[in-house]
Amino acid sequence: MSTQAGRIETTRVGERPRDRVIDGAIVRYTAGERITHWIVALAFILAALSGLAMFHRAVFWFSVFFGGGPWTRVLHPFIGLFMVLAFVLLALLVQSDNRMSAADWRWLRQWRDVLGNREERLPEVGRYNGGQKLLFFVQILCLVGLLVSGIIFWRPYFAIYFSIPVIRIAALVHAICAFVLIIAVIVHIYAGIWVRGSVRAMTRGLVSPGWAWKHHRAWFREVTNGTSPRPGAH
Amino acid sequence: MPLQSLDIVRRSATTQPPPGVRAAASPSVAKLIDTSKCIGCKACQVACMEWNDLRDGIGTNVGVYDNPPDLTDQSWTVMRFSEYENPSGNLEWLIRKDGCMHCQDPGCLKACPAPGAIVQYANGIVDFQEENCIGCGYCIAGCPFNIPRISRRDHKAYKCTLCSDRVAVGLEPACIKACPTGALVFGTKEDMIQHAAERVQDLKSRGFEQAALYDPQGVEGTHVMYVLHHGDQPELYSDLPKDPRISPTVRLWKGIAKPIGLALMGFAALTGFLHYVRVGPNETTERDEEAAAEARKRTEEQTKRPAPPETRPPGPGKQS
Ligand code: SF4
Repeated sequence: MSTQAGRIETTRVGERPRDRVIDGAIVRYTAGERITHWIVALAFILAALSGLAMFHRAVFWFSVFFGGGPWTRVLHPFIGLFMVLAFVLLALLVQSDNRMSAADWRWLRQWRDVLGNREERLPEVGRYNGGQKLLFFVQILCLVGLLVSGIIFWRPYFAIYFSIPVIRIAALVHAICAFVLIIAVIVHIYAGIWVRGSVRAMTRGLVSPGWAWKHHRAWFREVTNGTSPRPGAH
Repeated sequence: MPLQSLDIVRRSATTQPPPGVRAAASPSVAKLIDTSKCIGCKACQVACMEWNDLRDGIGTNVGVYDNPPDLTDQSWTVMRFSEYENPSGNLEWLIRKDGCMHCQDPGCLKACPAPGAIVQYANGIVDFQEENCIGCGYCIAGCPFNIPRISRRDHKAYKCTLCSDRVAVGLEPACIKACPTGALVFGTKEDMIQHAAERVQDLKSRGFEQAALYDPQGVEGTHVMYVLHHGDQPELYSDLPKDPRISPTVRLWKGIAKPIGLALMGFAALTGFLHYVRVGPNETTERDEEAAAEARKRTEEQTKRPAPPETRPPGPGKQS
């Protein structure tokens, strides 16, 4: 067991290693992680708005944000590609904490307690809970689907290399993946609003010890007794 | 766009009906292409170029008479030649003038996401309005006949207009004007069906038992129809589809998936809001902070204490 457990460290802003207790708050996300997250988020919003504009006539007016219909068609694939690349970066940063365990499945099975704010009944959660991990994998699947199908009907560059039946299937797959991803992100955004303190975690990087204790107790223990496996935490 | 004077009855990506109190007097029109009379002279292709100011680039000879080898944004009609050896061992040269069929139920219009980029007039003509086109190519996926082409120059979709500009002022399409054999005729759809019936009868009397009119009902009929000597085998004519219909994939993607998908997204957001109203935010309370502080103190003490064995109270069965 490490001996530096629980030591309160104060460092200059911008030098906050993850999983440390600083000035009575716990560092949940480093500046790099936060910035990557918000780049992905911004790209997602732009990709979703431009994509929805071409999905349903009711929201075709979203295309005004992109300079009209043709510009929406031109920009959407580039925004999407950018989002995928940024997400790959984000995924590399957080993937080691997103392995599903038996406790995570139990957590998911107890979704009624989750939604009812009865966290005391749930298994102890590490850095991420079952829902967050599930979201992570759903996002990966959707983005792979979107990338592959999107390239197939990307005009004028790639669509010419594919047959019409393939393009039809790609367009359908693209719509389905986008739908699932948008629903997943709506859930993600709501969870951030609902669980107070989460937005601060992703904007300032900090959470209170009580927050960590309540929502991610196993992670809290790791952080406070210095057994956190995170690089930089030793 | 002055929709009312153009007698537009359908408009892509538009949920509300176009102005329609003026019951359009224009009857449903049709072009009839009689493959049994066509000699493949391509006068219609030339007339199309002339009237529409289209000039396709000089291509390369690919070893067949088809020239250019495929429809392009500059070639809205192309004669397709196929050599068919009939059961009695004779060669038949089946020539088909390819181009937009002007479906009564147009797959392109269904698939198009840009409001008003594709319209259908009361007379049945399906027309692209390039000023509204965004160049996505969904119309290509929607079309059961593989007709629309996107220009590399302006990234807009183009295809045969059935000379909607000429028809609107009472003229027949340019191709019809140029046809030297009368293989192309134009008129009301009713008249064309009648004319086709006579042609089919004539062909049958000449030994083409299977001669038939091609007016596929899978797309609710077309405003460009064929008289085929081998009406039972339209595929012989350079893969003219036997039973064209809007692909089920496109129907799913552009039909039910669109409204349901959008509704579910809205529903998800609404569910979140209602959950918030019902259950409220999940807040960290003072108690949690205290519990966390307590837990931290405990760990700190545990780890700080050197825990030498002699300070331990001796007791039976006590193990560490
Ligand atoms: S490319 Fe075709 S589907 Fe896309 S906007 Fe233009 S006409 Fe509509």
